[in-house]
Amino acid sequence: MSEKIPVTVLTGYLGAGKTTLLNRILTEPHGKKFAVIVNEFGEIGIDNDLVVGADEEVFEMNNGCICCTVRGDLIRIIEGLMKRKGKFDAIIVETTGLADPAPVAQTFFVDEDVSARARLDAVITVVDARWLKDQLKDAPEVKNQIAFADVIVLNKIDLVSGEELADVEKSIRSINAYATIHKTTRSAVSLDAVLGKNAFDLDRILDIAPEFLEDVHVHHDDTMQSVALTLSGEIDPEKFMPWINEFTQAEGPNILRCKGILAFKDEPKRFVFQGVHMILDGDLQREWKPDEVRQSKMVFIGHHLNRAAIEKAVEACRV
Amino acid sequence: MSETQESLTQRVEPIHAGAHVIAARFIGDELALVLADGVVIIGSHGTRLHPHGEAGILVSAADDTMLLTGGDDGKIVYTRVDGSATILGDEKGRWIDAVAIGASGAVAWSTGKKVVARDGKGGLKEWLAPTTAQGLAFAPKGYRLAVSHYNGASLWFPNTEGKPEMREWKGSHLDVTFSPDGRFLVTSMQENTLHGWRLADGKDMRMSGYPSKTRSFAWSHDGYWLATSGADAAIIWPFKDKDGPMGKAPRECGVRHSKVSAVAFHPRALVVAIGYEDSCILLCRLTDGAELLVRPAKQEEGRVTSMGWSKAGHRMIFGTEEGAAGVLTLP
Repeated sequence: MSEKIPVTVLTGYLGAGKTTLLNRILTEPHGKKFAVIVNEFGEIGIDNDLVVGADEEVFEMNNGCICCTVRGDLIRIIEGLMKRKGKFDAIIVETTGLADPAPVAQTFFVDEDVSARARLDAVITVVDARWLKDQLKDAPEVKNQIAFADVIVLNKIDLVSGEELADVEKSIRSINAYATIHKTTRSAVSLDAVLGKNAFDLDRILDIAPEFLEDVHVHHDDTMQSVALTLSGEIDPEKFMPWINEFTQAEGPNILRCKGILAFKDEPKRFVFQGVHMILDGDLQREWKPDEVRQSKMVFIGHHLNRAAIEKAVEACRV
Repeated sequence: MSETQESLTQRVEPIHAGAHVIAARFIGDELALVLADGVVIIGSHGTRLHPHGEAGILVSAADDTMLLTGGDDGKIVYTRVDGSATILGDEKGRWIDAVAIGASGAVAWSTGKKVVARDGKGGLKEWLAPTTAQGLAFAPKGYRLAVSHYNGASLWFPNTEGKPEMREWKGSHLDVTFSPDGRFLVTSMQENTLHGWRLADGKDMRMSGYPSKTRSFAWSHDGYWLATSGADAAIIWPFKDKDGPMGKAPRECGVRHSKVSAVAFHPRALVVAIGYEDSCILLCRLTDGAELLVRPAKQEEGRVTSMGWSKAGHRMIFGTEEGAAGVLTLP
C-alpha cells in the first residue's frame, strides 16, 4: 500500500482571504502537484490543473451517532481522485465561508475507503483581523471555524492597530487554546506553516500550552470556549478511559475538538489522545524524558462546556 | 484432486493495462478495458483509444454492443468495437458520477443532482434529484430509471410528466440495481449494508452484516441470486421467492482472509467469479461450493476492480486497481 495522501482543509469566513491563501499555496515554487476541491465551481479563478467542484452535501451517518456527519460529495470525489494516482501529491479542500469544518474532518475518520487512502493533515482557518469581532457576534460559523483550527492565519493585520490586533488575538485564544496563529497581510504565510502539519497524527501532539489561557479571562466567550487543564501527579487509566469515553459519547455534539497528553500510573510512556466530536483516538507515544515533569494536560474546545464539572471529573481520575 | 487440476491459472493470458481498471467487459466477442487515465483498450490486438482526449474516465457501463464512459471532462462517450466514438452528452467539465445503459439504445448519466436520460432516438430528458444522484439503473422492461441518493431511491419515467416516485430509507444510498425480473430494487449504502424494496408493495428489506461497503453486484443468469462484494466471502442472497431474501440466510462463497472487491456471475451457469482486495480471483460453483483458482494473490497489483464474462461464458476478463489485467479462457 502506498503512502496516504495528505489533505489540508482550508476554512474561513467570507472575505477573510481563503482564496488568496489557496492561490499563494498553488503558485509557490514547491514542485508539488495539488488536487484542489472547491465549492462554487468556476466562480473564482483557481490557478491549478486539477480543480474539482464540490456540492458540500452533509450526510448524517445512520449509525446511531447523532453528531456523526460526513461530506458525501467528498467521499465520492476522493474515490475518483484515488484512481488517478501520480497526478497529484496532496489534496486541498476549500470550504465555503459558511461551512462547519466538522463533517469534512469526520469524513477522514468515518469512511473506511477514504481513511485507507487519505489522511487529514490539518484544518487551516483564515480570519479577518478587521472584522472578526463583529463576525463573532453575528456569525456562529466563524466560532466553529476558529474552534476547529489547528492553524489560524490571522489576516489583514495591516488594517488594524496594534491594540486592536492584540484584542482580536485574545478573542481567538478564548475560543481555541492550542492552534498556532500566524499574523499576515494578504495571506502571506510560508508554506511550511500551513502544509505538512500532521496535526491529526498522535505522534505530533508534542505539547499543549494551556497556560496561555490564564490571562484571557477578559474575553471569555459565552457559547464557545476552551477548557484547558493541567494536572500534576499521575492519572489512573482504569478511571480515566471509561470517563473520557462516556464524556465524549454524552457531550459529543458539544465537543468540537479535544487533545491531551497524559501521565498514566506505572506507565513510562506518554499517553496522547485527540478527538473530533464523538470520534476518539488515543495511543501510547514516546517515553517521558528524565528531565520532564510527569504532568497531564488536556484541552476541550466546544459549546457550553462545564469547566467545573470537567475539572472535577478529571480530578477524580488522579491516582 | 491435485493442486494443478484445481487451478485455471495456466489459462489466463495477461494484459498490461498500466492504469487503474474501471471496467473489464466483453462487447460482443471483443474485450474492452476502461482505464482511469482515459484510455480504452478494445479488441484482441489491444487497440488503445482516447475517447475523452486528455481527460480521465470516472465511470463506465457496457452491454453487447456499446461501451459508455463518463469522464472528468464532463463528457459521455459511446465507443463501438470498431473504435469509432460518439459524444452523447457534455456537462462542461463537471465530473460524471454515474452512467447506465437501458434497452433500445437508451442511456443515462448524472452529475451532482442533475440526471439526464437519453432515449435511443436521442431525445433528452432531465431531472434534478433531491441530493446528488449516486447510482443509476434502468428497469429491465420499459423506459424507467432508478436513481439512488441520500435517504432513498427514486423511480423516474423520463417520458412522463409525473413526479418520480421516491422510496425512502434513511441514509446515503450508493449503487442501485433492479432484479432481472423487475420485482426488486436493491441499493448499497454508506453504512455497510444493502437495502431492498419489493416494488409491488414497497416492502423494505435490510441485508446487513457487511464489514465494508458493497461496491459490486451481480445477478445470476436465472435471476434468482444476487452476489455482492464487501465481506471476506462473496455474499449471495436468494431472490427466487416472493419475499426475496427476507428471513433467509445468504450463501457465502469463497471465504478467504481478504475482502471481496468484485463479483461477476457466469452468463449460463451458477458459477460466480470472485475478485479480492489482494488481487486473487476464484471461480465458485453455487450448487456445491467447489472453488477453482483463476489468479493467485498478488498484493502489489491491488484489488480486483472489475470482471466481465463473454456472452457464451467461455472467456472472462478482469482488471485491478494497479493496472494489471488478463483474460481467462475456460477449457
